[in-house]
Amino acid sequence: MSAPSLQFKEDARRLSADLRHRRIIQTAMGKYEVVRDQRQAAFQDWQAARQLAADTKWEAVNHLDRYLEELVRKLEARGTRVHWASTGQQAREAVLGILRDRQAKVVVKSKAMTAEEIHLNEAMEHAGYEVVESDLGEFIVQLREEPPYHIVFPAMHLTRDDIKEVFQRKLKDAPSSDPEELTMVARRVLREKYLQADVGITGANFAIAETGMISVTENEGNARLTAALPRTMITVVGIEKVLPRMADLALFLPMLAGMGTGQTITCYNTLYGGPRQPGESDGPEEYHVVLLDNQRTALLADPEQRDALRCIRCGACLNVCPIFRNVGGHTYGTTYCGPIGAVITPNLRGVQEWSHLSYASSLCGACTETCPVKIDLHHHLLQNRRNSTQCKPSWWQKLAFKAFAPVANKPGLWAMVTRLGRVGQVFHGLVKGTRFDPAYAWTKTRDLPPIARQSFREWWRNRA
Amino acid sequence: MKVSLFIPCFVDLFYPQVGKAIVRTLEALGQQVVCPPGPACCGQPAFNTGYWDESRAVAVRMLEALKDAEVVVIASGSCGAMMKVFYPELFAGTPFEPLARELAPKCYEFSSFLVNKLGVTDLGARFPHRVTFHDGCHGLRELHNKRPPRELLARVQGLELVEMGEAETCCGFGGTFSAKFPMISTAMGDVKCGSALDTGAEYIVSCDSSCLMHLQGLIDRQRKPIKTIHLAEILCPP
Repeated sequence: MSAPSLQFKEDARRLSADLRHRRIIQTAMGKYEVVRDQRQAAFQDWQAARQLAADTKWEAVNHLDRYLEELVRKLEARGTRVHWASTGQQAREAVLGILRDRQAKVVVKSKAMTAEEIHLNEAMEHAGYEVVESDLGEFIVQLREEPPYHIVFPAMHLTRDDIKEVFQRKLKDAPSSDPEELTMVARRVLREKYLQADVGITGANFAIAETGMISVTENEGNARLTAALPRTMITVVGIEKVLPRMADLALFLPMLAGMGTGQTITCYNTLYGGPRQPGESDGPEEYHVVLLDNQRTALLADPEQRDALRCIRCGACLNVCPIFRNVGGHTYGTTYCGPIGAVITPNLRGVQEWSHLSYASSLCGACTETCPVKIDLHHHLLQNRRNSTQCKPSWWQKLAFKAFAPVANKPGLWAMVTRLGRVGQVFHGLVKGTRFDPAYAWTKTRDLPPIARQSFREWWRNRA
Repeated sequence: MKVSLFIPCFVDLFYPQVGKAIVRTLEALGQQVVCPPGPACCGQPAFNTGYWDESRAVAVRMLEALKDAEVVVIASGSCGAMMKVFYPELFAGTPFEPLARELAPKCYEFSSFLVNKLGVTDLGARFPHRVTFHDGCHGLRELHNKRPPRELLARVQGLELVEMGEAETCCGFGGTFSAKFPMISTAMGDVKCGSALDTGAEYIVSCDSSCLMHLQGLIDRQRKPIKTIHLAEILCPP
């Protein structure tokens, strides 16, 4: 078993038995489901909206070459510097190069999963820069020195008391566990950082090819401050975030908000078109856009799973996933967790090491049912399992299924195995629920029904 | 109508009464029930675990056994989905693809056969208990079988159906998943049982004995005051 697989199993075992954790997540998600359903109902025809969104992203993904070139041409026309990064390493180097050129010391960041994906914070801190997360949830998990728990709600696993505790420990300032007071503490700290920062880094929710603009969605105004106050702005964006037209946002902004957080629309939606233009009074002196591939083109080349590039990172599949709800976001050990993470991580980071995530699913399909851009998520998990066994089969499982085939196929053998099973279960009682039980994985927590005295097939034969 | 009945392996071994109830129900409706000699399993365990060659070794026998069937009734939403939805994918690009595609539209999960094919909802059954219904995920999301079992339950005399909050949430069985990740599977089952208990129901009803095997296993171990029962056992004539 790979190291990530062992870690997953161990953490999953611990967290799925953690009732406090289960209660926190169930409560948060219960509230989310109510408002999400209200938002869907506000669409005249939610299923038609999903289809349109899927078709629009599909068009963008299938013509990525054309739309990316259009995006870059229009970004550059207004003075934005575009950096193409094939790998995470190239993207990190591009960002570090900009920081060096601008003689930066302090970097302020708004939420960006692409930055998590390429471990940008570690790289910048390692190079001696002070990096501050400005999204409240990200700020909290940064103080706790842990990665975001969820792609939309980075600190959803924490209670207000947990947050008070870390503020007291790290900021020496937490008058109470009142959310408003805690927010004011973060605000005081962050305002200072915005003013000190030389460079602001953001992610992107969409990149509009038609107008050459980066669309950023947020609720706290922190991305706007990150973009507006420092002299240099950098956006790290995955190449699959391209949308063909500005008008597409009319669908995607309310869809992302509704599915992501259950809002009608998020509080702030900003389009960044470039650095400060002559005659303008604000905006950064320099604007850099880092276009990140990092195996996305490999996914694009896979006709079976290419639709995963339609993902708008709303997190809806995580929210409905019973596995995610029981094991939590950190257990996955990946940047992208939940069903979408289980689908794309083997593609992005290697089948061998990450296929266990595709097995850690009951294939219930709640993710596919909810996905606003209609990614065939749970069927991709099946394909990942097939790919994994083709890549590196487990010999004992292969042998077991090979041996099972003739037993299932030949009625005589099946009848014999049925009878053998009845004999076997007499002795099963001796080891049932102990470590010596061959069915221990089942019997540790569950009873196993006995094989019936007369099976259906035996009954049917006697009847005829 | 001549109905080819497929009783999956675990129903055969652990829940023969479910198979018998289906036979009795169908025969009471004047259907001619046959069990064509074929494999005991649909091949789903190997398929879901990623061993598609090994799955085909079983599934191909199923295709042959059912190639002349007029209509196939399957005593499980999960195995039904395997045969109706996944066989065409499993055999895509092989010489057996046409057979798989011919079989798919002939396959019905038991409750869907009664309601959608025969147009029957009232079987004159009586079951004076408060129950809640568990949607097996494959029946719900692969076969879109939300309505039929509820229409059938609505006509059962004395039965009160109370929907649970987590009716559509997976129970945590998931085939080999339940053995590969038993703790996650158990946690999911606990959530499901909790939701069922909240309704005050005496029974969890489902079209899938596999889900019920998992839930009943937890219920027995934890001595919870609720039982499980397959829909066919409620509907069948005495």
